[in-house]
Amino acid sequence: MTDKLLPPKKKNPQLRQRVPTLPPAMRSRAALGLTAAAARGAFCLQHCDACGSVQYPPRDACSSCLSVDLAWSETAREGKLIAETRIHASPDPYYRERLPWRSGLVQLAAGPTVLCHLHGDVRRGDTVRMDLKLDKAGQGVMIALPVERTPDMADDPQLRSLTADPKHRRVLITDIRSPMTRPLIDGLLAAGAAHIFVGESESWRRGSDHEVIAGLDKVSVMQLDVSDVSSVQRLAAEIGGKTDILINTARFVRPGGVLGADTVFAREEFEINTLGLMRLAQAFGPGMASRTADGVNSAVAFVNLLSVHALSADPQYGAFSASQSAALSISQTLRAEFRSSGLRVINVYAGPTDDEWHQPLPPPKVPPKTLAKTVVTALQEGLEDAYCGDVAKDLEERWRKDAKVLERELTGGGA
Amino acid sequence: MSDAISALAGALSEGSVEVVDLTHTLDPDFPVIILPPEFGQCARFRMEEVSAYDGRGPAWKWHNISMNEHTGTHFDAPIHWVSGRDVANGAVDEIDPAMFVGPVVVIDCSEGAASDDDFELTPEIIAAWESKHGTIPANSWVLMRTDWSKRQGAEYLNMADDGPHSPGPTPAAIEQLLSRDIRGFGTETVGTDAGQGAHYTPPYPAHYLLHGAGKFGLQCLSNLDRLPPTGAMLIAPPLKIKGGTGSPLRVLALVPHNTASGDRN
Repeated sequence: MTDKLLPPKKKNPQLRQRVPTLPPAMRSRAALGLTAAAARGAFCLQHCDACGSVQYPPRDACSSCLSVDLAWSETAREGKLIAETRIHASPDPYYRERLPWRSGLVQLAAGPTVLCHLHGDVRRGDTVRMDLKLDKAGQGVMIALPVERTPDMADDPQLRSLTADPKHRRVLITDIRSPMTRPLIDGLLAAGAAHIFVGESESWRRGSDHEVIAGLDKVSVMQLDVSDVSSVQRLAAEIGGKTDILINTARFVRPGGVLGADTVFAREEFEINTLGLMRLAQAFGPGMASRTADGVNSAVAFVNLLSVHALSADPQYGAFSASQSAALSISQTLRAEFRSSGLRVINVYAGPTDDEWHQPLPPPKVPPKTLAKTVVTALQEGLEDAYCGDVAKDLEERWRKDAKVLERELTGGGA
Repeated sequence: MSDAISALAGALSEGSVEVVDLTHTLDPDFPVIILPPEFGQCARFRMEEVSAYDGRGPAWKWHNISMNEHTGTHFDAPIHWVSGRDVANGAVDEIDPAMFVGPVVVIDCSEGAASDDDFELTPEIIAAWESKHGTIPANSWVLMRTDWSKRQGAEYLNMADDGPHSPGPTPAAIEQLLSRDIRGFGTETVGTDAGQGAHYTPPYPAHYLLHGAGKFGLQCLSNLDRLPPTGAMLIAPPLKIKGGTGSPLRVLALVPHNTASGDRN
């Protein structure tokens, strides 16, 4: 059984903080298919279109028939652990710090035998459930998990190194006024978060749930306005060293296309949604990136909430869609910049949310509670891209299939 | 140098005329007027470092700043309001610069505003002031002192579910001031109108009536408790913005020293 992960002790201030190291990151282009699947929580292997065989490790051609028509397809997760080993010595700096490390061979029901990481609760001969996860280097790796959930399963050190679990971690939620902030606080506390900081802009306006939220146990309300660089820097100076997860809920939305709208609202959308993200990353990112190996409550993830129309514009929300595309682009650069630290940038995409700015739109709309749940799950699963609700999932699938067809469908009726 | 100017220069240097700053600091977190969210909003003051004696500019520090014309302590020109849209020379760059320096009278409503957030400046209060200090001279600035500038944070806008609550003039009071042919009207609150000013007829009477008559507004003033009821000079030149409807500005008062922070009305 997994040992229960205890809250970390206070740090010894005379000891040097551990510097982040990464597991080996080199991959062939073919192998990046594993990474792409892991990023969205899928379990995919190469399936040969010609002969139907499933292969691992990934290659440029089918190992059975030499066809190059290989498709990354969802694959059964079931397998049997046929051999295991416990590694006690490694020349690799990342693994040296984490020895001993178990790995094993799993015979997949789909065919291939794979070398993978092992959860502490699986033993040789067990039937296992396979998962593809991103490691600290951001690459897709396989781990064999128990078929049935076991107590404190997520506390297993090997599994926890592949996730961004909020348990015992300190979280900053950037905007108290977002309708998803309250359910997100509840979800994170239920998931074992140690403390939650909630940013509040312009308290002089009143109208936020300040009193209620500030009164919650393990929650502090802090002044934060993502549109004001001095405010962001001030808060980072105060809590940047103990922000393990940052969830950016600040968002500005106004309906309208491009021709009929002026640039005043568009500028505000870019100020909050795009440059706000950049300001947060600049102020909090370096501190978080330096603390990704800092024990149980190491810094682990920077979470953006994006409209799925970051992928392809919704002409009824033209400037807003543009701000989301720009935010997506920034998140991609941040992934490159955080790569060497292992800090994960998680994008959670949603369709129209159930709020006043999408009021006249027909359902389905994403309730704040559902979006909050997706964020917590994305952290617990260690995803890089999560899609919340049917609209987002459907659009993402169509986008991956053919971005131009999706664009034509979204822009077909005229805005 | 004319006698008047040299006398003023002498008074300033010897301290018998004091310069009082009536301006709030431009701060990103200073309140601005809040409109229903479907309307365009007043941009907050923002400042970004361009360089600070570093690689972006080794020997100098400077900032980009951005704001609305009506952010912080600011001036309202006639064209700010629909009633003043056709006023001749109604934009800040067109106004006669002589209008930017002139006499000021202060009506002290601080006692009433202390006990009533929705305190109204009425013709009766103006009449009582005039019975004590004489008729308001034509072409004067009239400032409504409420000590509201001493409020901080949420107390300043004093927003509630039914809108903001802060003192201001009634329509009849503004009509009364216009009958004196004043230069403009100024307040310590976020606007020249009361927080609940939308519910008067006409709505926002200070804006509607003053600007329709080609008069000016000043708001978010501070330190009005340091001005005498009469006898001070106001210096309030807005930035020369082409077609501007208003402007943040530094508002100064020249106050004869024996009356500054002394005599009360």
